[in-house]
Amino acid sequence: MDQIITFLDSLPVIGVLFQLIGYLVATMPEIAPIFVALAAPIALGALCGIMNERSGVVNIGIEGMMLSSAFAAFLAAALVAQAMGPTTPSPIFGATVPILVGVLAGIGAGMLVSVLHAWLSISIRADQIISGTIINILAFGLTGYLNRLIITPNPRLGAGIFQPFAPPAGLVELPMIGWMIKGFFAHGPIAISVLFLVILLQVWLFRSRWGLRTRAVGEHPKAAETLGIDVIKLRYRNVILGGVFAGLAGAYLTLEQSGSYQDGMTSGRGFIALAAVIFGRWTPIGAFGAALLFTASEALRVAISITPPTGQLGDVMRFIPAEFYGALPYVVTLVVLVAAGGRSIAPAAVGKPYVREART
Amino acid sequence: MTAVDERPPGPFWRRGRAGQVFEIAAVPVASVFLALVVAALIMLVSSVITTGSVDWALPLVAYGALLQGSLGSGSAIFATILQAAPLVLGGLGVGIGFKAGLFNIGGQGQFLLAATAAAGVGAALATAPAPIAITAALLAGMAAGAAWGWIPGALKAWSGAHEVVTTIMLNSIAAALIGWLILGPLMAPGFSFGRTGDLGNSVLPVVLGGTIHLGVLFAVAAVPVVWWLLYRSTLGFEIRSVGANPAAARYAGMRPKFLTMLTMSLSGLLFGIAGSTEILGVSHFMTPSYGTAIGFDAIAVALLGRSHPFGIAAAAILFGALRAGAGLMQIVADIPVEIVDVIQAIILLFLAADVVVRHLFRIRAAGGIADITTVTSSYAGRAS
Repeated sequence: MDQIITFLDSLPVIGVLFQLIGYLVATMPEIAPIFVALAAPIALGALCGIMNERSGVVNIGIEGMMLSSAFAAFLAAALVAQAMGPTTPSPIFGATVPILVGVLAGIGAGMLVSVLHAWLSISIRADQIISGTIINILAFGLTGYLNRLIITPNPRLGAGIFQPFAPPAGLVELPMIGWMIKGFFAHGPIAISVLFLVILLQVWLFRSRWGLRTRAVGEHPKAAETLGIDVIKLRYRNVILGGVFAGLAGAYLTLEQSGSYQDGMTSGRGFIALAAVIFGRWTPIGAFGAALLFTASEALRVAISITPPTGQLGDVMRFIPAEFYGALPYVVTLVVLVAAGGRSIAPAAVGKPYVREART
Repeated sequence: MTAVDERPPGPFWRRGRAGQVFEIAAVPVASVFLALVVAALIMLVSSVITTGSVDWALPLVAYGALLQGSLGSGSAIFATILQAAPLVLGGLGVGIGFKAGLFNIGGQGQFLLAATAAAGVGAALATAPAPIAITAALLAGMAAGAAWGWIPGALKAWSGAHEVVTTIMLNSIAAALIGWLILGPLMAPGFSFGRTGDLGNSVLPVVLGGTIHLGVLFAVAAVPVVWWLLYRSTLGFEIRSVGANPAAARYAGMRPKFLTMLTMSLSGLLFGIAGSTEILGVSHFMTPSYGTAIGFDAIAVALLGRSHPFGIAAAAILFGALRAGAGLMQIVADIPVEIVDVIQAIILLFLAADVVVRHLFRIRAAGGIADITTVTSSYAGRAS
């Protein structure tokens, strides 16, 4: 076996590819948790996008929704922590009352911004892309303003973060699947829940009455209305529910990943989430896969900095500038979009405001 | 008999030529007014949060300082003009796209790439004679901006990929690209941080008041040029036709695909002029972390200006004044400069919800942001 690997690795040009595969297999147990941690907020943002677009509402404001939630979650948690004084973390994920309040505030903020988006794009029938743009500008401005006003003058504000779950050693050391268990479960509660939320939404969307109705409203609202589905109400409900996912994504950033808030800390994750929605063809599992794929380049960069590859592969890897990995998700999305061509893969009614016909 | 004739004669400002201007400008002006009122409320609420008491004069003090800092003196006015110049160019870029039914969110990438190209070429020609160095640096920036705008145009024309998504992706690709360029081939030796080299002779000459550089004149000139292009040239007629009704334009023998590519390139070109003149006239070098929100600001300007070049110029001056005066407002009234972003967003909010604004002010004028409702209609990915 070793001889075969050595032979494959020494092949000219193609050998580097085999070395890369070998390197990935060797480092995967190390980087799998990083992978999932990086993908979690993007996958959650993508679920928000799917909830919107499957019911016929374009949402390019995911970035702004995530940013408002990240801010609200941090601020609420920090203020409660300040008011309560020191608390003992519970044994489950090291959760404290402030952190839980923060998560709820994040979800609430996500839903609130979604109400604005729903109102503008469903009731007012404003252009949905304009509405999303407004949400991004508003979120950036308002969080920046409040951050300067409240958080920056009080650098000691903070409520800590969730503690990651430590899977039992017996499970992690299982051959073949042990690293996967570690990869998916050695996290705080929000990142762990992503996997379940993705599966749940996938089943709901394609196997439930609600899912059928949602897809009908996104593909052909008029037909759905004829069958007695309240298009306006269902769109409202789905857009606002989508805000829950964006809220979780924001709360993840401030209460599970970093424990602090910086201006514009979503740094484009909402837009990668939008790309993941498209790349995953508007399905939750597809979007989750896309999120993992998109963060693979980032995870690979981390892996290279932890355990630099050696030999020929190392030479090739050092030759590739770090910025390349940063641009990769976007290039891949562009290629996919172009390859999909004019064929309509998005829900057919996405972006079109629904006007109910007047009753006579 | 048209609908206009059936109206009862209103007050003088609703009749004739003035009436037309009123119809177009009423909602934007009302939105700006409402946004300033809402921002004043936000200031009051935040003063309660930070100091624990309500200072009713705070908004007046703040807006007074804002006015003082943007229009109160010669240097303040120059600062406003300097801030407005890139907004005019970017606003025209977005506006020309709106006219063709295209939404260019990629202004940021086009601006930054043009800035990098201009900085790189300018630094390389630092010792060349000034006219040659400046011309070459500007052309490099304009070409980079136009090329980065052409890509989403071409992708849309050929495959139907929606420009909103592709330009967002291209923004991030541009960020990575300029990071690599500035820390790699274009990096100047001898600095403690990554930046491009000194511009030397490539710096744009100052034409007025110590700060107003040649690039500002480009912005001033761009307004009538774009107006002429849109409303007096055949090309502009075709661009507007494609935006209003692509199918009809195609039946009339126009080429929507070509026009899509051309309009996106023109849009990128305008952002390119903005990017290169900002570098050659103001910053004088480029770093990977060069901060700008021009992409979104330009959208705000174009929406407030209702995609009309003269409206865009007025909106850009307003936003330029807000930015120029915000510094003094922060010093005098202790209001963070970020309030400008908030005001800008609230203006857009009222513009989008123009039904509400018209109801509040009893404005009968039709429209709103109606002239750009074609933007989202092709989102599902069908080639036009």
